[in-house]
Amino acid sequence: MKRFAGLFLVVLALLAPAGASAADAANGKQLYRAFCAQCHGLTGTGGGVNALTMDVEPRDHTDSREMGARTDADLFKAIKEGGAAVNKSVLMPNWDANMSDAEIHDVVAYLRVLSKTESK
Amino acid sequence: MLHKQTAVAGLLVLALAGPAVAEDGAALVQAQCAGCHALAPQDNASVEDRMSRKGPPLFYAADKYRADWMVAWLQDPARIHPAGVFFGNHLKAGPEGDEIDEATLAVHPVLSAGAALAVTEHLMTLSAKADLLAVDYTPGKVSKRMGMLNFGKFKGCSSCHSDEAGYGGASGPELHTAWHRLRPDYIVSYILNPQAWEPVSLMPNQHLNPADAGKLADYLKVIAEDSP
Repeated sequence: MKRFAGLFLVVLALLAPAGASAADAANGKQLYRAFCAQCHGLTGTGGGVNALTMDVEPRDHTDSREMGARTDADLFKAIKEGGAAVNKSVLMPNWDANMSDAEIHDVVAYLRVLSKTESK
Repeated sequence: MLHKQTAVAGLLVLALAGPAVAEDGAALVQAQCAGCHALAPQDNASVEDRMSRKGPPLFYAADKYRADWMVAWLQDPARIHPAGVFFGNHLKAGPEGDEIDEATLAVHPVLSAGAALAVTEHLMTLSAKADLLAVDYTPGKVSKRMGMLNFGKFKGCSSCHSDEAGYGGASGPELHTAWHRLRPDYIVSYILNPQAWEPVSLMPNQHLNPADAGKLADYLKVIAEDSP
C-alpha cells in the first residue's frame, strides 16, 4: 500500500508540466487587470484605455500566432525587465517593482489562457 | 449711537465666537473624507485593495500636496484621474477598445471656503512619510520640447499620464497640473520609488537616478505654466 502511494506521487510529479505547476493563472488574471489592462485592454486585445494616444500599439494578447511564437522565458523577461530588454518598445515598462517573480509567472500563465497557446 | 454700539458689540461677539464656530478640520476629515480616502496606513494591502480604492490615501497628505493648491481644489475639484482612481472600474467597450465610462466616475464633493481651509489645515498635519522626502532635487530648466520627448518617447510616462489637458494616457493621474498640486520633492521621490509611497502602486519603478527623475519634475514645472 505504501509503495502504491509512492508510485502515485511519482506519477503526479511526472504529470505536472515543468515550471507551470506553481503558476496560478487565476491570480495572473487579477494582476493583469491591475497592471496590464490599462494598455493591453481588459480583454487583452491591445485596446486599453491608454492605447489610443500611444505611438506603438500594445500587443494583442489574444493573437495566438504571435503569442505562440514566444517562449515563457521571453514573456517573463518582457514583463519583468520591460520591452527594451527584448528589443521591443520602451513604452512597455519593467514591472519588477510591482510584481514578484512568482506573480509574473502567474501573469505568463494567464497570457497562455488569453492567447489559447501552450507553454513553451 | 446705541445702534452703532450694538453693531460693534455684535461684531465683537462674532469675532470672539470665530474660533469656536470655525470648522473643525479633524472632524470634517473623519466625517467626509474617510469613506474614500485612507487616513491610516494599511498593512499588507493587496492588489484587490488597490483596485477597489476610491480616492488616494491621505495619511501622508502633508508630504504630498501643496496646501495652497488643496484649499483651492477642494472648493473647485477638477478631475485628476481621467479614468477614476482605478481605471478598471470605469471602462466600457468601445469600437476601438476600452473607453472611459464617464457615468461611473464619482464627483468629488465641493467644500465651502471655510471647510476647505479647515480640512487642509488638518491634512497638513498628516505626515507619515516625511522621511521619504529627503531627495536631492533643485528645480532646474528644461526645454518644453526636450522634456516632452523625455516624458513620452524615452521614459514612456505619456502611456499612462497626460501632459496636456485632454490628451495622453488616462489610467494615471493627469500631470499637466501636477506641479501646482504636488510638492516638488514628493514628485522626485515618487518617481524614484513609487512602492515606498504605496506598496501596491500601479506605477513601475524605472530605476532612474535622482538627476533623471529631477529632469522629469522640471518638465512638469514647464507644462504647469501652461495649465494655471
